[in-house]
Amino acid sequence: MATQNLQSVPAELSPEELEAERAGQKYFDRIIAEDSRIEPRDWMPAAYRKTLLRQISQHAHSEIIGMQPEANWITRAPSLKRKAILMAKVQDEAGHGLYLYSAAETLGQHRDQMTEDLIAGKARYSSIFNYPAVTWADMGAIGWLVDGAAICNQVPLCRASYGPYGRAMVRICKEESFHQRQGFEILLELSHGTPAQKQMAQDAVNRWYAPALMMFGPPDEDSPNSKQSMAWNIKRFSNDELRSRFVGMMVEQVKVLGLTLPDPDVRFNEETKKWEHGPLDWEEFKAVLAGHGPCNAQRLERRRQAHDDGAWVREAAAEYARKQAEKEYAA
Amino acid sequence: MTAPNTNTNTNLNTNANTANTTDFAIEGHGDISVGVTGAGASGDGSASATRITPGNALRPEDIALEVRRGTAKPAKDVAEYALRLGDDALILAQRLGHWISRAPELEEDIALGNIALDQLGHARSFLTYAGAGLAEEGQPAKTEDDLAYFRREHEFRSAHLFEQPNGDFAATIARQFIVSNYQHLLYSRLTQSADDTLAAIAAKAVKEVDYHLDHSAQWVLRLAGGTEESRRRMIHGLTLMWPYVNELFDDDSLTTRLADAGVAVLPSSLKEDFDRLLGEVLTEAGLETPNVPQSLGGGRDGRHSEHLGYVLAEMQVLAREHPGASW
Repeated sequence: MATQNLQSVPAELSPEELEAERAGQKYFDRIIAEDSRIEPRDWMPAAYRKTLLRQISQHAHSEIIGMQPEANWITRAPSLKRKAILMAKVQDEAGHGLYLYSAAETLGQHRDQMTEDLIAGKARYSSIFNYPAVTWADMGAIGWLVDGAAICNQVPLCRASYGPYGRAMVRICKEESFHQRQGFEILLELSHGTPAQKQMAQDAVNRWYAPALMMFGPPDEDSPNSKQSMAWNIKRFSNDELRSRFVGMMVEQVKVLGLTLPDPDVRFNEETKKWEHGPLDWEEFKAVLAGHGPCNAQRLERRRQAHDDGAWVREAAAEYARKQAEKEYAA
Repeated sequence: MTAPNTNTNTNLNTNANTANTTDFAIEGHGDISVGVTGAGASGDGSASATRITPGNALRPEDIALEVRRGTAKPAKDVAEYALRLGDDALILAQRLGHWISRAPELEEDIALGNIALDQLGHARSFLTYAGAGLAEEGQPAKTEDDLAYFRREHEFRSAHLFEQPNGDFAATIARQFIVSNYQHLLYSRLTQSADDTLAAIAAKAVKEVDYHLDHSAQWVLRLAGGTEESRRRMIHGLTLMWPYVNELFDDDSLTTRLADAGVAVLPSSLKEDFDRLLGEVLTEAGLETPNVPQSLGGGRDGRHSEHLGYVLAEMQVLAREHPGASW
């Protein structure tokens, strides 16, 4: 890609190193131009590595923090079937976190470091998980809207130029489809249930709709990194493009639910052939991202506590493994 | 096991949507269709990659279907017995479920969650079957949810061990280690039950408990042989759980009657193997059987500790707020 120059190459390289860098860059540019895949041992620009590491680790953190609002309802799920489904779903999310951390590790950072960054508050995760899941219907709305938005974001990532990320996303998207469907089913059951259940469902949709739309990120004119990510074939569609498509899908699906979207401005623009939505509160988005959401402190503290409480277990496992290896060596 | 299982459809139908160009979220890997005609989005609602048939695995829904058809109708005694096994598994699942998102490692979030999920599956099967034999004459069968959400403490038949608090990871492992040894022996024998449904549930369950046993035994070894702290905690965990061991092996008139009929496993008949198998791991771990007095038990008669009330309060609160609702 022409946009990829040698800016990232430090000046003090020897001529041989410089030559290797140039060859690497050339290879990288060709792979990107061919829309093919970069693999962990391939040369890549430092900025590409950094961008991916940030994106993949943030994605992994989102899966892990995202377990919390749903785990909040495991012990109170209103039927045993729903309890089983919810447990399996949250378990899937731990699995997604695991393979995303693994994908990120191929870029040269250890999972422990990423975890440290998360619990130190240095790393970001999807801001939507800083909203509380206060009723059972939130399990439906999170599945339908939040996982639905996540899928729209993530399906194109299956074609991301970085191989390990794209491949991890294939499996994640398969499971996310199922999650979205189960969320829809929860809402469908509620909206066809008692008046109190239907009200619970509508209330949850009302609360999760706007935060879900904001999951696609800031409007295009306010998303400076998007261009570079698209040039690198990491990102395939712009934030607004994805958001518009998502709205179009929700408009149809909400009818089947017998519920409404809390947005009187949703409409299909015949000229642009795109779905449009009402204004979103980007000030709130930034505030929540900056730590002012209702649950930011709680989410981090819970992760920190699990990590701290588990320290002795991890130490024991490491020590036991060391002793076993020693025994084997002696024998 | 020579014939391949031709009933299991493992075809990952990921590409069925690619012909549908009405939206972009397809591309072979995931979709946000919802399987409802008219819901728009991805069109073909059957295109989800996760629609894998469960093959021959016995599901609670299968048992519920048999119950509705009247082909599974346990006698009152059998239902009572199934209720005990179901309650044990349910209360343990409830306890273990709390660990998810709180475990020492992500791998353990997954492992403990998986064990909880297995236990919940066993509970659902046993309770569904029990419900068919517990309804009053002329009334419809009680469902798994009737039994889980609308019984009170004294109506639960779980043994005390299952309601013990999670404590730290070592206490949870200690509880799981005892439970898994017990359940593994029990379900292995129960596969020979004269009652086909109990035998079928046990046959599925024992395969899963095999993993639970391996998981907990590995952790007993690791914690006992890890650091000084982990060893101290492992010993403490075992000591906390040990008073509730003997109750698992208490016989009463119900189990005696059913064992005579070849339906149930006489609990006391498992004790010798339990002591031996559990003892082997403890010996390898350099641990001793805790020397603590055994609790009186009483769970099978509905006499529980103070813990169960809180477990049930949390589990039942939402269902009881909306009696008669379906979810």
